[in-house]
Amino acid sequence: MSVAADTKKLVARLVLGTVLMFGFGFAMVPIYNVFCEITGLNGKITRTGESEQPLVVNQDRTVKVRFISVFNEEMPWEFEPMQKVYQVNPGQMQQTAFVATNPTANNMVAQAIPSVSPSEAAQYLQKVNCFCFDRQPLDAGATAEMPMVFFIDPEIPEHLDSITLSYTLFDITDQQQVAEAKNDNNDKRSTL
Amino acid sequence: MSTADITAEHHDDHHDHGPAKGLSRWFFTTNHKDIGSMYLWFSLAMFLVGGSMALVIRAELFQPGLQLVEPGFFNQMTTMHGLIMVFGAVMPAFVGLANWMVPMMIGAPDMALPRMNNWSFWILPFAFGMLLLTLFMDGGAPNFGWTFYAPLSTTYAPDSVTFFIFAVHMMGVSSIMGAINIVATILNMRAPGMTLMKMPLFVWTWLITAYLLIAVMPVLAGVVTMMLMDIHFGTSFFDAAGGGDPVLFQHVFWFFGHPEVYIMILPAFGIVSAIIPTFARKQLFGYASMVYATASIAFLSFIVWAHHMFTVGMPLAGELFFMFATMLIAVPTGVKVFNWIATMWRGSMTFETPMLFALAFVILFTIGGLSGLMLAIAPADFQYHDTYFVVAHFHYVLVPGAIFSIMAAVYYWLPKWTGHQLNEGAGKFHFWMSFIGVNITFFPMHFIGLAGMPRRIPDYALQFADFNAIASVGAFIFGLSQLIFVWNVIQNIRSGKKAEAKCWEGAEGLEWSVPSPAPYHTFTTPPQIEGAK
Ligand SMILES: [Cu+2]
Repeated sequence: MSVAADTKKLVARLVLGTVLMFGFGFAMVPIYNVFCEITGLNGKITRTGESEQPLVVNQDRTVKVRFISVFNEEMPWEFEPMQKVYQVNPGQMQQTAFVATNPTANNMVAQAIPSVSPSEAAQYLQKVNCFCFDRQPLDAGATAEMPMVFFIDPEIPEHLDSITLSYTLFDITDQQQVAEAKNDNNDKRSTL
Repeated sequence: MSTADITAEHHDDHHDHGPAKGLSRWFFTTNHKDIGSMYLWFSLAMFLVGGSMALVIRAELFQPGLQLVEPGFFNQMTTMHGLIMVFGAVMPAFVGLANWMVPMMIGAPDMALPRMNNWSFWILPFAFGMLLLTLFMDGGAPNFGWTFYAPLSTTYAPDSVTFFIFAVHMMGVSSIMGAINIVATILNMRAPGMTLMKMPLFVWTWLITAYLLIAVMPVLAGVVTMMLMDIHFGTSFFDAAGGGDPVLFQHVFWFFGHPEVYIMILPAFGIVSAIIPTFARKQLFGYASMVYATASIAFLSFIVWAHHMFTVGMPLAGELFFMFATMLIAVPTGVKVFNWIATMWRGSMTFETPMLFALAFVILFTIGGLSGLMLAIAPADFQYHDTYFVVAHFHYVLVPGAIFSIMAAVYYWLPKWTGHQLNEGAGKFHFWMSFIGVNITFFPMHFIGLAGMPRRIPDYALQFADFNAIASVGAFIFGLSQLIFVWNVIQNIRSGKKAEAKCWEGAEGLEWSVPSPAPYHTFTTPPQIEGAK
């Protein structure tokens, strides 16, 4: 085969490689999320819902669970855990709540993003029901109690005796409005 | 056919296919030597621009307190200095050297894709023109560090970040096109008998570097595209409020970033492996092991990226894996340093300017490598992270590493390019000023880093004052001594004693078989390779 034809073939292959690696960059996003889900790497809680097996409460030890609330940027809400620290037995169902107040004169929407520290503990903390990931609207001046039920997996290793669960509250009012506007547009379009 | 025949034949029809006249020669040229020269001039210009920014930084840091520039502008300087030096100075210089030397080293008449070659160069001035213009925009130039961590580079970025993203896209396209061209040239254009294992190491290291570029530049393009989408199209790749993760940015960035540091050092290994045997008048020790070591370094570079992220809260298993994988790289690197030293062992050495730069490279790059090993120790890294120790480390591998190797290469091949013998006096003066300046600048940074001075700050605590003052003095010595280099190169182009075809006594390789200066077209008929049937 001639050099020119060889070169053409080689270049085609290298360009394909380039395109695949560009795709791989984006593929790292789902890969990373799955990897984090398996390992609890980023401290995101992945276990939600009712326990699959009936829980055996371990009365021999307790785990200290601490709740923290963090505000992002200029989030003006008041947002506090009802009780800051719990001593729970692994397997024991515990109910708590966060209290949020919107002191501004505007109706706002917030979202709370949880993070567990140490991240290793994320896979042993199960939330039976929780407000996180739900968009939380609050009218101007309103206060809401956001309940949460959780338990610690009895499988939790000995060395994890203290877990911190922090919630960062984000103001997503603008995004929410953009999304609604888009939906409205779509609705209008579909009626046309 | 002997070399003499090639030359003679060449002389006769030289006028028929010499360079075009005037400016259009440079705009439309597809000649690998022209394009190589343009890359090198561009790189020199960027080196001086990025260097001036470094001097602004060092001038501000000469004393504690704020004297010369606003903290915001200081951040723009550290960011632009890093971006310009990495993407504008070091990488184009190596591509320029590859353009000039690779075809001549493998006996090819030109690059495999000469037209694309022209494109890949001419994209660069536009990319960097755009990047530099951000300095004059409202809100200023990018100020988030050359590593542009999100959300600093998304939510909190100045408006110019969009232009930064396009500039990165353009330089990425340029690098990828250059890399594809180099791979195609090396794999398809070798003279008959030039087997892979006969190629000079500079060609080998560039072949591997080109593959690294093709593998990771698209990932860089991907990560800036994600930023663009987060900023303008409401996605949340790196925005925690929307369910994204800023740590993901660091993973994707460093998946590009670590191979990138080898992109900036592997060609340097090739250059030094050409120069040391010449001036030790011995064959390179352990040629095959050099090739395998380069390949293993390239492979390992893909599985160590998270050593830049020990402090983000990785699980212990991750810290251990990335720590040991990183340390493993010391093995092939050690093989290389060993081979260079073994090459010099009982050689009849002389110390011309290129050799001085090559020797300084071996010593100072090893210092940078050792501080890299210290940084690889995960538990210790918590103390070193984001301090001047890191600054000292990567400047040792990039300045007396990559930059010195480029200087060595320019001095080594300059007679071949210009046809004039080197001004050794000026070369040696440049070398010693640079050598002393570089060490005065960067060695004290180890100490202030260990003492806890963070990087990227315009002001610092009083106890760091002395070492910072010393480093600033060194930086000006180093910076100003580069003017000797510029003067020396320009003088060499204009005048000087006529250089022979083989202007270094111990030099070996095809490039020395063509006259100096190398004719506009070389190896239009493939050369005879020694030992080939
Ligand atoms: Cu690295």
